[in-house]
Amino acid sequence: MRNPPPPLERLLSRTTERRGSNTASGRRPNEDRLAKGLGWFSLGLGLPQVLLPSRVNRLIGIEDNSRNRAIMRAVGLRELGGGAGILDRPRPGGFLFARIAGDLMDLVLLRAAFRPSRKGRRRVAAATAAVAGVAVLDIVASARTSRSSGSTTADGGIRVRTAVTVNRPPDEVYGYWHDFENLPNFMAHLESVEVTGDGRSHWTAKAPAGTKVEWDAEIVEDIPDELIAWRSAEGAHVPNSGCVRFTSAPGDAGTEVTVELEYQPPGGAMGAAFSRLFGEEPLQQIKDDLRRFKQVIETGEVVRSDGTPEGTRTQRQFHQDEAQPVG
Amino acid sequence: MKATCWMGVHRVEVRDVPEPKILNSRDAIVRVTATAICGSDLHLFDGYVPTMEKGDILGHEFMGEVVEVGTAITNLSVGDRVVVPFPIACGGCHPCKRGLFSLCENSNPNAGLAEKAWGSSPAGIFGYSHMLGGYAGGQSEYVRVPFADVGPIKIEDDSLTDEQVLFLSDILPTGYMGAEVCDIQPGDTVAVWGAGPVGQFAVASAYLLGAERVIAIDRFPYRLEMAGDTGAETLNYEEVDVRDALRDLTAGRGPDACIDAVGMEAHHGSGPINAYDKLKQGVRAETERPHALRQAITSCRNGGTVSIMGVYGGVVDKFPIGSLMNRSITVKTGQCHVQRYMRPLLERIQDGDIDPSFVITHRMSLSDAALGYEMFKKKQDDCMKVVLTP
Repeated sequence: MRNPPPPLERLLSRTTERRGSNTASGRRPNEDRLAKGLGWFSLGLGLPQVLLPSRVNRLIGIEDNSRNRAIMRAVGLRELGGGAGILDRPRPGGFLFARIAGDLMDLVLLRAAFRPSRKGRRRVAAATAAVAGVAVLDIVASARTSRSSGSTTADGGIRVRTAVTVNRPPDEVYGYWHDFENLPNFMAHLESVEVTGDGRSHWTAKAPAGTKVEWDAEIVEDIPDELIAWRSAEGAHVPNSGCVRFTSAPGDAGTEVTVELEYQPPGGAMGAAFSRLFGEEPLQQIKDDLRRFKQVIETGEVVRSDGTPEGTRTQRQFHQDEAQPVG
Repeated sequence: MKATCWMGVHRVEVRDVPEPKILNSRDAIVRVTATAICGSDLHLFDGYVPTMEKGDILGHEFMGEVVEVGTAITNLSVGDRVVVPFPIACGGCHPCKRGLFSLCENSNPNAGLAEKAWGSSPAGIFGYSHMLGGYAGGQSEYVRVPFADVGPIKIEDDSLTDEQVLFLSDILPTGYMGAEVCDIQPGDTVAVWGAGPVGQFAVASAYLLGAERVIAIDRFPYRLEMAGDTGAETLNYEEVDVRDALRDLTAGRGPDACIDAVGMEAHHGSGPINAYDKLKQGVRAETERPHALRQAITSCRNGGTVSIMGVYGGVVDKFPIGSLMNRSITVKTGQCHVQRYMRPLLERIQDGDIDPSFVITHRMSLSDAALGYEMFKKKQDDCMKVVLTP
């Protein structure tokens, strides 16, 4: 990027002061420590479970028979795998979700292992409490890392940033984007944008379960062929803002289009983590949008195939229609 | 309509499916008059290409008659006779503008899948998995052709038969590009691994481009014989040590250019080594069996060129990087940029420089596609190339 990005903080109304600086992995140091700690915890727990299952069985107060030893070994292997996964990955989101699933499984197993003797009961109860406590940490860690596909703003907003190179000169690319009524042509979640004049526009987006979200937006900065920044007007249900920059690609090979979007997810960070479970990953969505934008500018429309008749959408890639004409 | 569908590993069925519709304004619908089974279709048949779904229509070598065009198509009209290139390319992105059509940045709506596997995505391809677009293929009665203003070439010379021009869709340009990227100089010796259809065209193209000698390597006598008819010297790798034989034939230097027209399912002359690589590929410890490629690299002369035209999909084991690096070998490769070669090669056909129909050994009805796959796969009845007519 040869032109320094304009100070987005100045352009966008709210937010933007970051909690600490981002690490290269996209996680902040404190959440890095929690996730890494859980990784080491998994390894520390898994090793004795695999090597000394009898001792662990007795320690937590469950009957030490061959069946329980086999279960304990299996649980230990799961812990070792999960721990290694968390420590190995720069973004261990999936492995943290796996840990939560493991916690639930352990709670079920402990419930089944409840024994009549008082001493056994106390120990099983203590183990259950410990697992429940760890489960809370797992949920916290996973909610934190799942936010970090973009970065997070001081007031819990989500910010994503991505770029694409389009093989057309900046004025043409700017011109297309500047007509906001074009945005639904490539932004999958937008149903319509109506320009109401004086830099203001009315946006309608598709929301989960067939509902709609509507809001008004205003352009806050507009530099022809270079930059457009906008934000939602007061009272938007999902406050959001965006900025797109157009710079000439090296060797005049088109235009680099860099987009930053920021919004307050309904339900805060937990809401965002929940959406992500269902594939609603904000960074992925904007990347898909930019891929379609490139298609629209370079080919005239969104490119469709038999397996993906509605055009590029990452979620769709994993449950494709068969490559046969749409009936 | 009838279409050849992939129904799982080693299962191909001709089924009734809906007829294609225009989905984009630059589409055309083509009534297929001739289509062929490609060697790379066998990688799909054998299950080595990921992201295939049961029911996917196969086929990326086809031609026919335009029966419908989208609103943005002005270069084609209903009734035109066209050959369609296998890579789908928009013509407007940076690679397309530079003639690298098989790297089109817009034609794969599932680019994200290819990016996971390969880092970036190449162009979409007809009937060649969902990671390459999820496009229905042309081994069918009708096919939708996206970017019909960029890909299809009109055949206006009625004296040319379908069989003479059909292979402009893939294997003729692929074999030609395999030789062209070797930058053949007068006096050069070119060795071609695999005397299948692409290998045959690589042999013929190497001569067209001025090679002095061409050596074809295979194990099937009927394939070697066909290459011999084009003028190649031949080596049967089950009878000779290929590297030694090539050294002998070139007075110790090795061939100036080596073309791999085999790809991911190479067979090895040594039974145990073949079994070993097949086992590793079977358990997915490697995705390819790269015997031909290894041999092409280690056989090439110092400072020579290795051209990889056979299809690979993933990662290989024991890649001879030391031989490659220390001996200044140049590697050239890529899915063929067919759109770039169709016009000049059509002229070559018209001028009588080459008649690509010589590779056809079997002609069948589309309904017999399953039999065609079986025969081609097992090299039954000296099968070289199967052409299907709907």
